[in-house]
Amino acid sequence: MNDTAPTLEVRELRTHFFTRAGVVKAVDDVSFTVRRGKVLGLVGESGSGKTVTGFSIIGLVDPPGRIAGGQILFQGKDLASLSEAEMRHLRGNRIAMIFQDPMMTLNPVLRIDTQMIETVQAHAKVSREEARQRARDALGQVGIPSPDERLKSYPHQFSGGMRQRVAIAIALLHKPDLIIADEPTTALDVTIQGQILAEAQKLCAETGTALIWITHDLSVVAGLADDIAVMYAGKVVESGPVSQVLDAPLHPYTVGLIGSVPSRNRRGEPLRQIPGMTPSLLNLPEGCAFRSRCPRAEPNCAVPPPMPEYRPGRFARCIHPHLEEAVAA
Amino acid sequence: MTVFLLRRLMQAAVVVLAMSLLVFIGVYAIGDPVEILISPEADQIERERAIAALGLDLPLWQQYLVFLGKALQGDLGRSFVFNEPALQLILQRMPATLELAFGATFAALLIGLPLGLYAGLRPDSSVSKGIMATSILGFSLPTFWVGLMLIMVFAVQLGWLPSTGRGETAELFGLRWSFLTWDGLAHMVMPAINLALFKISLVIRLTRAGVRETMLMDYVKFARAKGLSPARVTFVHVFKNILIPVVTVVGLEFGGTIAFSVVTESIFAWPGMGKLIIDSINVLDRPVIVAYLMIIVLMFITINLVVDLTYSLLDPRVRLESKA
Amino acid sequence: MVFTIIALIAIFAPWIAPQNPYDLAQLDIMDGRMEPGTVGGAGFTYWLGTDDQGRDMLSGIMYGLRISLTVGAGSALIACLVGASLGMMAAYAGGRTDGLIMRLVDLQLSFPAILAALMILAFLGKGILNVVIALVVVEWAYYARTVRGSALVERRREYIEAAQCLALPTRRIIFRHLLPNCLPPLIVVATMQIARAIALEATLSFLGLGVPITEPSLGLLIANGYEYMLSGKYWISFYPGIALLVTIVSINLVGDQLRDVLNPRLKK
Repeated sequence: MNDTAPTLEVRELRTHFFTRAGVVKAVDDVSFTVRRGKVLGLVGESGSGKTVTGFSIIGLVDPPGRIAGGQILFQGKDLASLSEAEMRHLRGNRIAMIFQDPMMTLNPVLRIDTQMIETVQAHAKVSREEARQRARDALGQVGIPSPDERLKSYPHQFSGGMRQRVAIAIALLHKPDLIIADEPTTALDVTIQGQILAEAQKLCAETGTALIWITHDLSVVAGLADDIAVMYAGKVVESGPVSQVLDAPLHPYTVGLIGSVPSRNRRGEPLRQIPGMTPSLLNLPEGCAFRSRCPRAEPNCAVPPPMPEYRPGRFARCIHPHLEEAVAA
Repeated sequence: MTVFLLRRLMQAAVVVLAMSLLVFIGVYAIGDPVEILISPEADQIERERAIAALGLDLPLWQQYLVFLGKALQGDLGRSFVFNEPALQLILQRMPATLELAFGATFAALLIGLPLGLYAGLRPDSSVSKGIMATSILGFSLPTFWVGLMLIMVFAVQLGWLPSTGRGETAELFGLRWSFLTWDGLAHMVMPAINLALFKISLVIRLTRAGVRETMLMDYVKFARAKGLSPARVTFVHVFKNILIPVVTVVGLEFGGTIAFSVVTESIFAWPGMGKLIIDSINVLDRPVIVAYLMIIVLMFITINLVVDLTYSLLDPRVRLESKA
Repeated sequence: MVFTIIALIAIFAPWIAPQNPYDLAQLDIMDGRMEPGTVGGAGFTYWLGTDDQGRDMLSGIMYGLRISLTVGAGSALIACLVGASLGMMAAYAGGRTDGLIMRLVDLQLSFPAILAALMILAFLGKGILNVVIALVVVEWAYYARTVRGSALVERRREYIEAAQCLALPTRRIIFRHLLPNCLPPLIVVATMQIARAIALEATLSFLGLGVPITEPSLGLLIANGYEYMLSGKYWISFYPGIALLVTIVSINLVGDQLRDVLNPRLKK
């Protein structure tokens, strides 16, 4: 393993869906880097391409979608050049994924032990007993009481939070180098959300696992992530260290997102909103996709904006960034 | 579980009672019971004696109770033709019919599941479209005619398979079965396929629909994200989920299969209870008809019960609900 | 399209068939069991061969089609009337009437059609009328269920409430308001059921429990050929079967198209 190479580096990734109605550019020029033990928050509204980015990394984009360009370098290797068999060897082993809805991710007709043991045995030549032992340890690790008994249960006998813990335990079975967590706490109660966040953070620090945390919730990212990448209409519009992006956003969209988080507003003041709706990804016009909703928009915005590096590791895709505030901060 | 079972048994008893009433009305009210239950060859004195013995001079509701009482003791009358208890006659023929029906069910799953799975996994391939078109034909084709054509092609023209009868049988558990000898098995192939025709189409369509629906589920994607082999994803994660609706429908169809074996048995001269009932209808051996009807109803109820129990074994969620 | 041709053949059979197969004067027993394409003693070609009585199969099929279609359509129509009335009654009256009718429907549907029809014919005996009765008894439940289903949906709509508020007579509400809205699904079911009825009639006749020998439907023609088939004379069973198959498939296709046309949601 190359220690100097980041765990994951995504360069100008494009994932397009070739539907009958036209090409849907779900992911169109996405770049970011995640290092060992670090957490990247991938933020955006629904339909901004966060989830598809996750699936692109793990190689599970289903037809009519496919990766149309860019590179996904995992520990220096381009994943796009790997065969399906090599990719399968990485999946669930070195790269794991946690899905959004814990009620849907576990197979309802298979027992928990079946679903865990098959994962162990898919990547490690161990006996069933040994595999069961590992499954039990993983359940204990995510804080599930009496794991022995729980292994014999079916998914429907668990609560949502418990199911998500099981899914996380499955992701942890092979101590992966990278975990992609796709809104894993959105469907859960706030208290359970907090517990899971704390555990995720502890985990990364302890094992050196890199984590991509996909979410639409800025407040989650604020407490958890080291870096942040904001997506809009298939593109990363702003990225950088979490404190810099949240305290001194450059892109008007990021500014709008932060403005619409309730806790950031004073009481009694109306919530600020971003006017309009996310555009359809089908036949997106040239230029900045946010310009129809942007208070700073001007005719120049119809030209595709570049994404310059304002400071080391600090990018924004806008020709009228909020630079004054950034300087002031 | 016990409560669930008891409740189901209660329901079953009510249905049996309702059906016995229907059969009773069918035999005693629509037709002339004297004609139905007493041999046409009987003379006037015998006739009157029989009427008194059968209690036909009693009011209708009392007659029904008598009929019910006898039926409960397993007495459903004697066959005019064979002069044997009708019940015994039917039970003798039952293994042959059951064997054929199981054979057909087995054939339907053996042929239908793989084809449906393929059509579901590759919905756009031309092979899949061919499979689906054929399955539509399977619904439309008149089964008895297909049976004739099978005989014509494979027995008459090609001479590969025997056309009629049950062939050699071997004994197991005190009953004679065809599937234990090669000759018997060869005799069974065409009737079983013929009887399975409709079910094959049904299984194909159910499986395909199930596969297509299940493939979109998050848990299938999660299984792939775990790095499982495509075979494991398909045959464990997808297959076990589609098995539930398929088993339910095929199980429920089992009664229909036994009913339809009436036709298949007539074509292939398969000596089961279906052929017996057709022969009995043709010679108006009505006690046998009544007995057959009652047995079929009982069978249906048993099948429904068994399907429900299997269902709860396959789907853990149902098990929990029935406990609660 | 195909169905139109079939229906026309059935209607005009007496005029277009080369021979009246039931007029003994036209039959020549010497022409019995001739292969398709032979020129018979009567002076015309038997394109589809002849049966054991020397009947031209083509004519036999045309006449058989007539009987099959009449029985199928007739029974479907009566079953439709009976079933739709009962279904409407169940939906409109609700409560106990509804419970009773639907229990009957469940009972009927859980019992295989072929067996129920067999039993009825066993008690009633053969004959076209009895076959129709048996088919009606077997099929009414489908119509009842369909009509009740859509009537229940329609009943909750505002326009029915409005009609009730206007104190329109019940009969008027049912026939002028409720029924027209239940018609589309009913027509589709009826089409499919005609195909089912024809297949069922053919099966019953094949078993020797359906129509009498004097009025042979397609099923009976096929049954006639059964004994000759083992000696390689395939045509006596084969061609009537093809005719039956084409009929059933074409009716099902018509039903499919009707469903697409009548379903307003698919029009968009």
